[in-house]
Amino acid sequence: MIWDLHCHLSGVDGKTVDERIAKLMEYADRMGVERLVFFMGWPFLQDPSPEEFRKQNDQVMQAISHWHDRAFGFVYLNAKYVDESIKELDRCVKNGPMVGVKLWVASRCNDPEIDPIIQRASELNALIYQHTWFKSGGNLVGESTPSDLAIMAKRHPNTPLIAGHIGGDWELGLRAIQNSPNLYAGIGGFDPTAGITEMAVRTLGADRIIYGSDIGGRSFSSQLAKVQGADIPEVSKRLILGGNLKRLLTPILKDKGIKV
Amino acid sequence: MIFDSNLYLSRWPFRRLPNDETPQLVKKLKQNQISKALAGSFDGILHKDIKAVNRRLVEECQSSGPDLLIPVGSVNPSLPGWESDVIACHEEWRMPGMRLHPNYHGYQLNDREVQKLFGMAAERGMFIQIAMRMEDVRTQHSLVKVPDVNFEALPKLMQQHSELQVTILNGMKSLSGASITKLTANPNLTIEIAMLEGVGGIEKLIKQVPYQQILFGSYFPFFYLESSLNKLKESDLGMQIEKQITWENAQKRFLESTQN
Repeated sequence: MIWDLHCHLSGVDGKTVDERIAKLMEYADRMGVERLVFFMGWPFLQDPSPEEFRKQNDQVMQAISHWHDRAFGFVYLNAKYVDESIKELDRCVKNGPMVGVKLWVASRCNDPEIDPIIQRASELNALIYQHTWFKSGGNLVGESTPSDLAIMAKRHPNTPLIAGHIGGDWELGLRAIQNSPNLYAGIGGFDPTAGITEMAVRTLGADRIIYGSDIGGRSFSSQLAKVQGADIPEVSKRLILGGNLKRLLTPILKDKGIKV
Repeated sequence: MIFDSNLYLSRWPFRRLPNDETPQLVKKLKQNQISKALAGSFDGILHKDIKAVNRRLVEECQSSGPDLLIPVGSVNPSLPGWESDVIACHEEWRMPGMRLHPNYHGYQLNDREVQKLFGMAAERGMFIQIAMRMEDVRTQHSLVKVPDVNFEALPKLMQQHSELQVTILNGMKSLSGASITKLTANPNLTIEIAMLEGVGGIEKLIKQVPYQQILFGSYFPFFYLESSLNKLKESDLGMQIEKQITWENAQKRFLESTQN
């Protein structure tokens, strides 16, 4: 059972989102990926206005509409626009089909300004994915590090939060989140550097690690390899490839009548 | 049966890698149907005593994988007396080719010494491998920031030696579009798939590059071996193209030519 936390509607031809997701599903079938989480439309916008993130979320909702039990959506928000983001959360999650939140690089997540968004998402059982990187050349101005997320996680100790890309430089990222029990490592979207998953299991335990691919910019192949090729027990692989994400999403999926 | 064109032995300088002990590495290769592999040495990146690096590489290949591992010596044309390393690789150790790391060794491909090196390789019927990068520039050690190799001078350099085979290793994360088309206009230039990303990556690549110029490469043990193996499944290549990419292209270019 493979559940993919991190998918985009990119990397394939198709004039419409419906065409694109259908093509992506062909690749998912080849690789045995059963369920997929999509977020953000296209083109990628680092600092979207409310009008722009609403449009992107419409694209994702359209794309997943024909794949009810298989493709899930996370609502793309911008913490610079707190009120509009909360309205969008309600539109797409409370009153719509989406089951989580995607926060990218518009503003750093350690800023308490973000808290009302996190609180509202938590009330709705929406799973929160925050992009994080530790770039040796320096992050973007609004780009969060895993350390920023650890600061935010302390303010929301009962809310599960995913550190996307686990900071890219995972030897740092894993250290940064190790003492935050509500933080999970998203291990998709960076090179398949050997040792990542072994260190993640040693540092966090297998139940705090989640597979994701970051298709279409990345491949299923390279990202699945991080788990399939790791020297860890099979039971750990099963948790990372799908068990953990399924567990975290089950409450909201059940609320929405989606079979798990 | 797979021919891996991109393997490294010894130690990555910045962390221990799973499978960086050669017997363990060979065991894993055999378990995954890799029956030939061109092996360079991580020591060749930073060590100055290149002859010792290459001697150890040869001994390691002979003792742990004599039928499987083919040593490809490092040469650094910015070192005094580098020509003797080429001669030793060819005459003493009978290596079929050599591996270059211009960015770690601080030279450009249009430097005069490189012209001489290409000339020596051509005269001796050796192939040249050039590693474009060793890791994502965003995750490099803060004291060792190394830009990607610039290949602008390569087409002209290759034109001077009509028989010389050149392979770009770890190039597919950075090279795309016109830059890859321009390089592969020369049929003696090959690329390998270790850093190829994107959903259905090889399927897309063969629309840009003749499949006769695409090689299987894993960059194992820095990358999980499963990454490149999975790519063969993620793309629908057909048996003949897959066979060429995984075996025949490399066999024909690197082994048959040197055996004649």
